[in-house]
Amino acid sequence: MIAAHLPVLQIVVPLIAAPLCLLLRRGALAWGLALLASWAALAMSVLLLSQVLSDGPVSYALGDWAAPWGIEYRVDSINAFVLLIVSAVGAVILPYARRSVAHEIPAEQHSAFYTAFLLCLTGLLGVAITGDAFNLFVFLEISSLSSYVLIALGRDRRALTAAFQYLVMGTIGATFIVIGIGLLYMVTGTLNMADLAQRLPPLGQNRTVVVAFAFLTIGASLKLALFPLHYWLPNAYTYAPSAVTGFLAATATKVAVYILLRFFFTIFGPEFAIETLTLQHLLVPLAVIAILVCSTVAIFQDNIKRMLAYSSLAQIGYIVLGIGMASPTGLTAGIVHLFNHAMTKGGLFLALGCIFLRVGSVRLESMQGLGRTMPWTMFAFVLGGLSLIGVPLTVGFISKWYLVQAALEQDSWLLAALVLAGSLLAIIYVWRVVEVAYLRPPPAGAAAVREAPLSMLIPTWVLIGASIYFGVDTSLTVGVANKAAVMLLGGAP
Amino acid sequence: MQRHLVLRVTTKLLMPFILLFALYVQFHGDFGPGGGFQAGVIFGAGFILYALVYGIKNARLVAPDYVIRVLIAAGLLLYIGVGFAGLFLGGKFLDYNVLASDPVSGQHLGILLVELGVGVTVAATMITVFFAFAARGRDEG
Repeated sequence: MIAAHLPVLQIVVPLIAAPLCLLLRRGALAWGLALLASWAALAMSVLLLSQVLSDGPVSYALGDWAAPWGIEYRVDSINAFVLLIVSAVGAVILPYARRSVAHEIPAEQHSAFYTAFLLCLTGLLGVAITGDAFNLFVFLEISSLSSYVLIALGRDRRALTAAFQYLVMGTIGATFIVIGIGLLYMVTGTLNMADLAQRLPPLGQNRTVVVAFAFLTIGASLKLALFPLHYWLPNAYTYAPSAVTGFLAATATKVAVYILLRFFFTIFGPEFAIETLTLQHLLVPLAVIAILVCSTVAIFQDNIKRMLAYSSLAQIGYIVLGIGMASPTGLTAGIVHLFNHAMTKGGLFLALGCIFLRVGSVRLESMQGLGRTMPWTMFAFVLGGLSLIGVPLTVGFISKWYLVQAALEQDSWLLAALVLAGSLLAIIYVWRVVEVAYLRPPPAGAAAVREAPLSMLIPTWVLIGASIYFGVDTSLTVGVANKAAVMLLGGAP
Repeated sequence: MQRHLVLRVTTKLLMPFILLFALYVQFHGDFGPGGGFQAGVIFGAGFILYALVYGIKNARLVAPDYVIRVLIAAGLLLYIGVGFAGLFLGGKFLDYNVLASDPVSGQHLGILLVELGVGVTVAATMITVFFAFAARGRDEG
């Protein structure tokens, strides 16, 4: 019975755990429940992915209302992959969250924190799983509203303005998306994605469709923080609690990229998005600017959390670059980098959270000598940094390999060179941290620093370990990404 | 608001009608315009009016924070619970047909309960939002 209901249980299990967490007044109980729910969600996403890989797309009609009329959950290779990313990161971060949250958030807000965390998880999973355009917007709002709350819980007072800034930008993005969906509904009379995909091509370059496309592109680009719509992201990531930064950096922008992919390739279709409207001429330059500008800005940051936030913006540039090239190899690179960047950046932010727990600051000068006092944490940070650079045997290398390959397929030596230039910039900003942590002695007279607790080190190392493991054995990640890319470009699912 | 006799008396007179109208919108939602969200807003607005005129301290006596907190969760749980009931009775999630002996009354019961869940959560959330803003910077009163 469970197998038949997997798609809905994927969403409903974290959803029902959220209000229960609110009712459990004790933070520790709420944490336990959230942990169970997130592990259950991970198990279900693994089952769903294997089901999709063996039997093809899975469909679930909510309330037994048949597809174009009722809400349909539809899982194919691309969103099964996104579901796996989101639930895996959620399941790894919750064990980490207990110590980190106890340190950073007042005790009376703990159960509310886990409620918001589960709602955010539900929303992100829901965006990925649904086959209904309006339902996608609803889930997007669930995840966004809860992430504003999560960011505002940061200990620094500036977390409030960061959350408000994100709220304004995020709301504009979501409004644009709902306007786009409304326009599509106006011309087609349907909200089901598969149905939309059938009804849109005959309309050709209908002006309403083109306007809807523009609204959806800008709305999704705001949510995924594509340069120059990225302004909200650095502050939000810098001032949010450590566990939240790790979770959002690894999942929220990835899900927004998924929205972009879904609308461009499944709903409008590659012919319309790429050939008629030549979207690549917009996406590729913006992605390249994001890579170069944001990597350069990252070099000059003294707050390492903010440095990683700018690095995230550059990594989003790589993902969008892959999408913009619109070839099977380019899309594979973009999709596989969704996973690879989630593991790497999640791990890096968790390592920073460990440092924040022990040192109380994530500024560059306070990391002096940490290579000796917190060897495991710093070594995780170094491995994550190597993956950001794209050193072989890390996942970063895999993504860049495919990206460069895609650029060379199109005889675009310039793009290939720019991707490598981005790696050079990454070497600089990663090296600054390594130099301070390993080559400088701990400041004289500073309090002794201990290694982070195991409950936080293990999750950090799980993510960092994944970013090494999947850099060696790419059969799962590249295999699924390739399958998804071929499907999005109109091949067999 | 101590000296505004007209406001105090009018509020007291209107209060039962506001709450009754909220319940009407709630339970007549199956047949006419209305439903859980609208009813929840009207119900919450009744409390907010009371708090505006008689003070937050008095309103908190009627709707203490812990009760409101439980209600927020309870409404959502009722909604999801109905979904699970459909699932355990052999249908899909949120399938109302299987809730009663025949599909028509099943649909009727399902939508009634789901909308009740929406109404409870919306009313409680409205009140929480108002208290959170109005009670800022004053000691509980």
